[in-house]
Order: sequence, then C-alpha cells, then structure tokens
Amino acid sequence: MSLNTKIDTETIERISGVNTRKCMKCGKCSATCPAFHEMDFHPHQFVAMVEKGDIEPLMKSKSIWNCLTCFACVQRCPRDVEPAKLVEAIRQAVIRQAGENHLKAEQIPEMLDSELPQQAIVSAFRKYKK
Amino acid sequence: MQKIGVFVCWCGSNIAATVDVAAVAEAVKGEPGVVFATDYQYMCSEGGQSLIKETIKEQGLTGVVICSCSPRMHEATFRKTVEAAGINPYMLEIANIREQCSWIHKNKEEGTEKAIILAKAAVAKLNLNTPLIAGESRVVKRALVIGGGIAGIQTALDIAEAGYEVDIVEKQPTIGGKMTQIDKTFPTLDCAACILTPKMVDAAQSEKINIYSYSEVEKVSGFVGNFSVTIKKKPRYVNSDLCTGCGACMEKCPSKKTPNEFNMGLDNRTAIYIPFAQAIPKVPVIDTAACLHFKTGKCGICQKTCSANAIDFDQKEELITKEYGAIVVATGFNPLKPTKFDEYQYNQCADVVTSLEFERLMNAAGPTKGVLLRPSDQSHPKKIVFVQCVGSRGQSCRDHSYCSKICCMYTAKHAMLVRDKYPDTDVTVFYIDVRTPGKNFDEFYRRAVEEYGVHYIKGMVGKVEQVDGSLKVQASDLLSNDQMVLDADMVVLATAVEPDPTAKSLATMLTASIDTNNFFTEAHPKLRPVESPTAGVYLSGVCQGPKDIPETVAQGSACAAKVIGLLAKDKLLSNPCVAHSDELLCNGCSTCANVCAYGAIDYVDKEVNDHGKREVRHIAVVNEAVCQGCGACTVTCPSGAMDLKGFANRQIMAEVDAICK
Ligand SMILES: Cc1cc2nc3c(=O)[nH]c(=O)nc-3n(C[C@H](O)[C@H](O)[C@H](O)COP(=O)(O)OP(=O)(O)OC[C@H]3O[C@@H](n4cnc5c(N)ncnc54)[C@H](O)[C@@H]3O)c2cc1C
Ligand code: SF4
Ligand code: SF4
Repeated sequence: MSLNTKIDTETIERISGVNTRKCMKCGKCSATCPAFHEMDFHPHQFVAMVEKGDIEPLMKSKSIWNCLTCFACVQRCPRDVEPAKLVEAIRQAVIRQAGENHLKAEQIPEMLDSELPQQAIVSAFRKYKK
Repeated sequence: MQKIGVFVCWCGSNIAATVDVAAVAEAVKGEPGVVFATDYQYMCSEGGQSLIKETIKEQGLTGVVICSCSPRMHEATFRKTVEAAGINPYMLEIANIREQCSWIHKNKEEGTEKAIILAKAAVAKLNLNTPLIAGESRVVKRALVIGGGIAGIQTALDIAEAGYEVDIVEKQPTIGGKMTQIDKTFPTLDCAACILTPKMVDAAQSEKINIYSYSEVEKVSGFVGNFSVTIKKKPRYVNSDLCTGCGACMEKCPSKKTPNEFNMGLDNRTAIYIPFAQAIPKVPVIDTAACLHFKTGKCGICQKTCSANAIDFDQKEELITKEYGAIVVATGFNPLKPTKFDEYQYNQCADVVTSLEFERLMNAAGPTKGVLLRPSDQSHPKKIVFVQCVGSRGQSCRDHSYCSKICCMYTAKHAMLVRDKYPDTDVTVFYIDVRTPGKNFDEFYRRAVEEYGVHYIKGMVGKVEQVDGSLKVQASDLLSNDQMVLDADMVVLATAVEPDPTAKSLATMLTASIDTNNFFTEAHPKLRPVESPTAGVYLSGVCQGPKDIPETVAQGSACAAKVIGLLAKDKLLSNPCVAHSDELLCNGCSTCANVCAYGAIDYVDKEVNDHGKREVRHIAVVNEAVCQGCGACTVTCPSGAMDLKGFANRQIMAEVDAICK
C-alpha cells in the first residue's frame, strides 16, 4: 500500500493540538534536541514546514523515527509550541496508514530489560500507545 | 416648564446628505417644552453660535438641544455658548446625529427617522435637567515623586526648575536607580556615572527638592490637588545631620561578609555601608541583619570610630505626613533573576551571569576594578557567549510575553566593549531577532558586527553545561540549520525587564491601574502617555513599560510638564456630574464603595430626619472631587439611593421612553 502524503496543516494541527503560528522562530527546540544530528529535519523545521503545509517530506523523513520523544523541545520552547507533538502526529499519520501499530502495550512487559532507562519505556508508551 | 430651543446642524453634507434636517426641526416642534426649532449649516461656526445666543435672548430659552456631532467633539464649545447667553451650561443637551446616525446610515428616510428619535430623547431629558454648578478645590503646590532613578530625578528637576517644591521618596539608601550600576551607555558609550551623578547632585542641591532616601510611601489619601501622603523613613542608625560621609566607620566595621547589592552580590560589603562613592545622600546605613551590635549587643566599633558622633543605634522609624497636589510614580524596574532557567546553569555556575552583573564586572568602580575577570577563578575569559531574550517574549510560565526592548542594544554594547578592551576575546551573540529602532541604534549594532567582529548567530541556546571548569554552550544556528556546541569561559544572559515588585501595592494605594505584567497603565496609550487614569497621578520611566535612558528622560520631562500644568492652577473645577446618595434611602450596605474604582465613596454616621423620626444612620457620602461620574455605583445600589447628577435615573428613563414611544 502506498503512503498517502496528501495531509494538510489543519489535520496535523488537529491531531497534535499544536498551533504552529505561535512559533517565533527562535530555534530553542533544535538547540535542545539530543537527537538533532540523527535527524534530516529538525524540530524547528517540523513547526515551520507543517505551518507551510510542506508535510510530505516530513512523513518520509528519518526524523520521525529518530525522535526520542524525550520532550526536551516541549519543555524548553518559550512559546509553548510543543514541537514533539507534531513529530508524534506525523509519525501517527504514517503508522496508521501502515495498518497496524508497531507494538501493543501488552507486549512491552516481556521485552523489558532492567538496563533500559525509565525514560525510554515512557517514550515507547508515548510513541505506540494509540 | 422649560422653554427649549432645538438647533439642527447640517454639518455641511456630513449630516444633511443623510438626514432631512428641516424635517427634524419640524418634528420636534410639538414636543413638550419646545418653543423654537431650526436648522443651520454649521452650528459650531461663529454664525451658528451667534444664532444660539440671539435665540436664547429673544425667546427667553431655559434650555438648548443641539442636534449635531458627538458631544466629545463640541459639547464644551456649546456649553460656553449658552453660558455666554446667560443660561447654565448644564442646561444643554446634544443629540449625536452624526457619528450615531448620518455616518452609519445610507438611506435618508431611515436616517431622518432616527435623527428625530434622538432629538426627541434629548428634549425629554432636558425637560428634567437642573442647573449644575461645578465645585472648586484648591491645589497644593507641591509634588511627590516616588522612586529616585533617572526618571524620578529628571521629573523632579524639571518641576523644581518651574519653581515648585518636589519631594523624592526613594526606598534605597541612595537615589540614582539602575543607571548607577551601568558602566557605559549606548549608543554613544559615554560613562553612565559621568552623566548621572551631576543630575543627582543637582537634585540634592536644589532648594526646591527634598529627598527622602531609605523611605517608602506608607499611605495615600485625598484626590487630585489635595493628596495626603504618609512617608515612612526607615532608620539608618546614622544621624544624617551629623555624618560627614568620611567612611571611617565602614573601614573599621568587622562584619564584612554581606553580599554587596550594588555589585549584584559579586563582592561583599560591611554591615555599615554607603552603596557607592557618589551616593546621595552620602550617609551610611546599618544593615541590622549583619550588624554585630544588633545581633549580639557587642561591637559598636563604628560608634567609637565616628568622630562626628553620628552613629545612633536607638534611631527609630519615622512617619511623616505631607500634602501634595500631584504624585509621580517613577518606580522603575529590576532585571529578572534567571533562577528558573536551569538550562543556562545560572544557579550552578558562577561564570553564568546576568547582563547587569556583567555591567558591574566591566565597571571601574565594580568588584574587579573594571578588569573583566571570571567570577569563578578570576581568570580572563577568552570566549564569551551572550544569550538574548532570556525571560522575554515567551508564553510559558517562566517568561514574560513582552519584548524588554533594551536588551538588544545593551548586549551589542557589551559585545562591542569587550572586543574593544580585549581584542583577543571571541564574542558570540545568540539572538532571535535584533531589534534596534532608535536614532543611531541600528548603526550601533552593525558596528558591533562589522567593525568589532562580534559573531551574531540567529538561534537560541538550548543548554549550558559545565565541563572541567569551562562551559559548553549548545545552540541552534538556524541560518545554517545546524546545532552547534561552543566552548565558552563566560555566558551572559540578557534577562527580561520586570516592574519593581512594589508596583502592585503602590498601584492599590494610589488607585492607579497596572496591566497584567504589573506595569502602570497610562490614561491613553497614544494621547495621554504620562498620566495615569487616576487624576493627579502621573507616570515617569520604566514603571510604565521598558525604556532606555533617552526615552526615560524624555518621558520624565513630559511628565513634569503635565505636573507643572496642574500645579500652576490655583483652583480646580470639578465635574459637577457626580454621584450623590439620598440619605433617606441609603441603608449603608457599602455595595457602592466596593464597585467605585476611584475610592470616592466614604461612610459616615449621620443623624437623619426620616419623616420626623430622628436617628443616626450609617450612610454613603460621595467625595465630589474624587468622583469621576462613571455611574458604576448608581446601577449597583440595591436601594436606589445613589444617583448621578446630570444623568439621573429619571432622565435616562425619560430618554428611553421618548425613544420607545
Ligand atoms: C544591563 C542593563 C544595561 C543597560 N544599559 C543601558 C544603556 O547603555 N543605555 C540606555 O539608554 N539604557 C540602558 N539601560 C536601561 C536603563 O537602566 C533604564 O532605562 C533606566 O534605569 C530607567 O530608569 P528609571 O528611573 O525608570 O528606573 P530605575 O533605574 O529602576 O529607578 C527606579 C528607582 O525607584 C526606586 N523605587 C522602586 N520602587 C520604589 C518604591 N515603592 N518606593 C520608593 N522608591 C522606589 C528604586 O529603588 C530605584 O532607585 C540598561 C539596563 C540594564 C538592565
Ligand atoms: S522553540 Fe518553540 S518558538 Fe522556538 S522555534 Fe522551536 S517551536 Fe518555535
Ligand atoms: S522530543 Fe524529539 S524533536 Fe523534541 S527534543 Fe526530543 S528528540 Fe528532539
């Protein structure tokens, strides 16, 4: 099944609850992001590109899989834009079309590893819970 | 019975094109009391006004209705006209048939119909008008300035120059405000002390200016022209009349470990101290929290040292009550302390400083004698990173929503001064936008970049980390879409301007208003920028909103001009359209006092004669000089005791009836 990339700004804003027009283009999100160098599009670009309706490249990006869902960008954004929620929304838009969730909540306990940081578990739930 | 004349204005074609003015005049002729009605091209012109005056005399009119533009435009004009012809100015009513009729209608029939209704309503109201006489109150020819920063000093100097007395109340031991802590000033880079201290001295030496330093305003009552203010003089424990300012006490004081506020805590001071050498007054203060005498009852070395015998451990707080005609608020600001911004490590790392701390580190009278040294190890920083907009322009709970306005310029100044003094230092500024509106301001910033080689990078700093005694700054470089990590020896945070924390309580005391950020609000954002909405209270400097020194001084002088305009009057005429309570109806519930935004309502226990029954009742009394005639109390009063002169409930109802007929 091919990916439907005809998703507009309104849809992504609705799924994520983010108002991209609140962004003042300061780049603090990308300044904070620990996964920055693993990404082809950076948090501030998610905000700017969703605002412009340039969503297809984001759906095909590496970034949506490399974002740690650490929420550092959400925490630091001075204008409460919450870029990670956009990353999440686009990731969801892709996952849902793939037909199935990558992971079910029930599967997680058996995969638990005592070495796994708490944060990663919480992130996994955030990423796959829907 | 009134004898009313109605004059319908054409206002050229402004009214006449949409309203049949002759029909309006004709239509009101049958209304109660109307003995004359006509139309005329321009009522406000010389000819129009003569027509009104002549008709008043010829017809023996007792009241006049003018159907014209908004009363905001010409009510005052026409009041004078009718007064000149011998009738009370409040026996005039204006029916607004321009802004509220001709300008908003296209259809002439509809416009005419509405104009007739408005004219009839005005006639109905005028039938119930009574002559009103404006009260008079005296003006105390002295002003109070609260806050002795550059704003307060400038305002006080200008008022004194015009020959009026001014008192400055300053809560710190010295006047001067934040400007005393600044090193050099943009955009000319002249030294702040060199331009400020002469003004401080002028203020101290002026015969008309009286400085209450180390003092606060405790209580305010009264109204424009007649304020009564209680000032609390905190004890200095040093007799100002005897002290010579020699400073011997400070040298001998054994308690030397209190963070020095003047140097932003970057060094220590003694328990008895003068904030800085040019302080005014140059009289020390004893900090009782640090003083060994106050803590242990021992020591007293300063007392033994002082050859002038000025130390007085028994000094008490003093309350002084004085009268003033005008009050100026000049309480200024404080830079935000970035303790909640963990990402910048301000709490953890001594080499992360605020811009005002940086001013002290560059200042010859500062803790390092003007040599730029890192607070942690006193070494020369070779790489400095500046971060702009810390706590400004945000929406999160840590930020203020506004732009602090001065940080772009002072950051450019800091960067430039460092590069000038220490050319081997690498300086980087992280910015979101560089905002430099102002004369020679953008040129100044461009010089920092082009001539002084300061690196400006568009992007915010995400985090600062301490690694082996040095700092790692992780930031965005948005123009190259990169995340960079920079080594730095020092990080300087340009933190937001915040109103002084006393602003809120002071505003309550003065019944002046503040906005959601606690900046004082002006009476009109464009046309009355230095007056507060409360008559007789004026605003000077940063207490009204972020400003640099040139703007502060301009505003301080503008404020003085307004104060002088008030003090030059011998008497004030008050608006007679004020509220009053009917003592027989008032039940003393105090609902009206709670809604009055101006504090105009008091309660008295008064003997009243209620149809032969004499008894003492608790009743509302309106202070007519304070009342602004807004009418909030009249609609709140549950017993219908409050009414507004000139806009009585019966008059309003008569208008409504006329409209609904
Ligand atoms: C780091 C930094 C650098 C700057 N550099 C420059 C520059 O180079 N050029 C420039 O033009 N501007 C500069 N400024 C701006 C400048 O400091 C202000 O414009 C100026 O100080 C405003 O003066 P003010 O009198 O309104 O306020 P303030 O200087 O804050 O004075 C207010 C005074 O009121 C007193 N006060 C407060 N509340 C009360 C109260 N309730 N009762 C009695 N007294 C009270 C305070 O103690 C203080 O003395 C800089 C500001 C900062 C923070
Ligand atoms: S931190 Fe917030 S305001 Fe700044 S660029 Fe990112 S989303 Fe926009
Ligand atoms: S949530 Fe994702 S985009 Fe935001 S900072 Fe963390 S890794 Fe980067």
